[in-house]
Amino acid sequence: MQLSCPMPKLDFDKITLGHGGGGTLSNRLLEKTVFELLGNDLLDKHHDGAIFDWNEKTAFSTDSFVISPIFFPGGNIGELAINGTVNDLAMCGAKPRYLSLSFIIEEGLLMEEFWRILVSIKEACVAAGVKIITGDTKVVEHGKGDKIFINTTGIGSILPKANINIDNVEEGDAVIVSDVVASHGIAIMSVRKGLEFESDILSDTRPLNSAVDSLISKFGSDIHLLKDPTRGGLASVLNEIARDSSLGIHLEEKNIPIAEQVKAACEILGLDPLYVANEGIFITIVKQSVAEAVVEHLQEQDYCKNASIIGHVVSDHPKQVVIKSAIGGKRIVNMLVGQQLPRIC
Amino acid sequence: MKFLSEYRDGDLAKRLLDEIASVVTKPWSIMEVCGGQTHSLVKHGILDLLPSEVNMIHGPGCPVCVTPVHLIDKAIHLAEEKGVILCSYGDMLRVPGAKKSLLDSKASGADIRILYSPLEAVEIARSNPDKEVVFFAVGFETTAPANAMSVLQAEAAGVSNYSILTSHVLVPPAIEAVMNDEECNIDAFLAAGHVCTIMGISEYEPLVTNYKMPIVVTGFEPIDLLQGILMVVKQLESGSTDLENQYSRVVRTEGNLKAIEMINKVFEIQDRVWRGIGNIPESGYEINAKYAAYDANIKFDVDIPDSPENEECIAGQVLKGIKKPKDCPQFGKKCKPEFPLGAPMVSSEGACAAYYHFSQAAQAV
Repeated sequence: MQLSCPMPKLDFDKITLGHGGGGTLSNRLLEKTVFELLGNDLLDKHHDGAIFDWNEKTAFSTDSFVISPIFFPGGNIGELAINGTVNDLAMCGAKPRYLSLSFIIEEGLLMEEFWRILVSIKEACVAAGVKIITGDTKVVEHGKGDKIFINTTGIGSILPKANINIDNVEEGDAVIVSDVVASHGIAIMSVRKGLEFESDILSDTRPLNSAVDSLISKFGSDIHLLKDPTRGGLASVLNEIARDSSLGIHLEEKNIPIAEQVKAACEILGLDPLYVANEGIFITIVKQSVAEAVVEHLQEQDYCKNASIIGHVVSDHPKQVVIKSAIGGKRIVNMLVGQQLPRIC
Repeated sequence: MKFLSEYRDGDLAKRLLDEIASVVTKPWSIMEVCGGQTHSLVKHGILDLLPSEVNMIHGPGCPVCVTPVHLIDKAIHLAEEKGVILCSYGDMLRVPGAKKSLLDSKASGADIRILYSPLEAVEIARSNPDKEVVFFAVGFETTAPANAMSVLQAEAAGVSNYSILTSHVLVPPAIEAVMNDEECNIDAFLAAGHVCTIMGISEYEPLVTNYKMPIVVTGFEPIDLLQGILMVVKQLESGSTDLENQYSRVVRTEGNLKAIEMINKVFEIQDRVWRGIGNIPESGYEINAKYAAYDANIKFDVDIPDSPENEECIAGQVLKGIKKPKDCPQFGKKCKPEFPLGAPMVSSEGACAAYYHFSQAAQAV
């Protein structure tokens, strides 16, 4: 895609305050880059907002992206911003349709970097089948941002057979994770200043809507809940589910899929993979009778090759997540407090 | 990562647990010295699997926990008032000083950076010649070689804007202090494997001989710990008091001679105050006179008074193994990782943190 999207010739190589001023400079920037790349029937009107017909059961979600560094192994902030909101909509049991896209850019961002971000935004939109239909660009003074912040807000149509609701979660349900955990957080950590280490671990940023779509088409209301364990990782999301359902969750440590390299990096850094961020996996709570079939089905979908049943919903320890370790001992898995800090030795 | 899964094998663990149960006939109190071992015991649920006769007592082996309050305050002072770039290992950041933690200080704008190695701090000093860079050199013997190496590298590269704020503590004097404490009723020790990787095991010979207690140098994975416990229980049941090495795949008898040489070049042994425990003679490293130029204590002549510990915190008794975290009336109440009364609740090697994060006890309160 990047080969077919060469950066347009521009008479500036950095974004300056003027590019957010709303005047000629702003227009030149938008026309040559954002509109050129992301244009569609609704965005092309260049109106104050998008006007369109809509008469469906709807999911609506928003997310802001402030990641550092903005380019990381396996992706960049652009595709992350699209996939993040696409996945939040998918977790509602929706088909994502339209997104808004807002940039807050720190003065001095290289045009080349902005272009690379836009190209990956376009690629992510194509992959997820969504359109950017409105947006905004602001520029702040140098030192008042961190290169670029992005907000996306999206709406999607609830899939006809979807019935995603925390109230549907019941004792005996299976807890399934769609793929290997902890890759995104470790990929980011590996390039963060002061903590760099060599690895080929890649972020898992990717759209999950196609897998969710096929899952709900096939299993309908037997899919009780969908959640994506982004910040705070698996542990935090499972704790939220336990808290909100007033039920307990029992996990089997040996069944949680994790790439060997990621596991090793977690050991070295002193991080618990259960708390490390993900961007391209989801947890689903499903009726026990379909659990095996769900896993088999998921393993045939994009980005879900390592789907597995990692535990069950239980009534034993309400509002608590308990994990059985590989050697058979049990421990509580708590919510993450603050952020995980690398340890001393 | 076969290396990991092998040492977390469920069947092997069960065999070792069965053997411990078959050997043990009466109650024994065994102290695992290192906080890393405590976390492994709790995280893998080993404490609940052991026979009731085996009582594991958690030791003082958490360097972050025993770093005196005034040193944390000094680090904060250097970052906030002296404009230095203060570099630290990550798990020092949440530990409460007299008024705040390094994390609080960082949030209010001080230049505090989390690093994995002091050698990176030397690099930061090299690329910021107009700033002073201080590395908060906390740790047991394990981190001492890297900290010594950073001083030697800074010297070799002519980097004069680098220094270390030393809070180095030593394991054998701490074990001896516990052995001498009348309140402690320990029958045997699991010594910290990684410390012995550096220092070797001969330092423990006099302790075994003088105090007639078994010491087994032990690793950190579940199978290591279970094997170490089995070795200790066998000794206790047969009445022997030997020094044994469970962690022989990593620990050589003589230790790492190069690392020891580096430590001896830069550091000298001095008395040291351990937070919550008090002064222990000849229990820490300080930079020696030859490398005084790299000693942040000398470079920045700041006199920070030591502040009293929060009266409600029983960290000292927890560190000496007299009490367990759940014996503290404030555990999980006034003292939580979000607002700790003492260091063991926030250090990655702290016993209170281990209990809080992983065990049922935390949930009961």
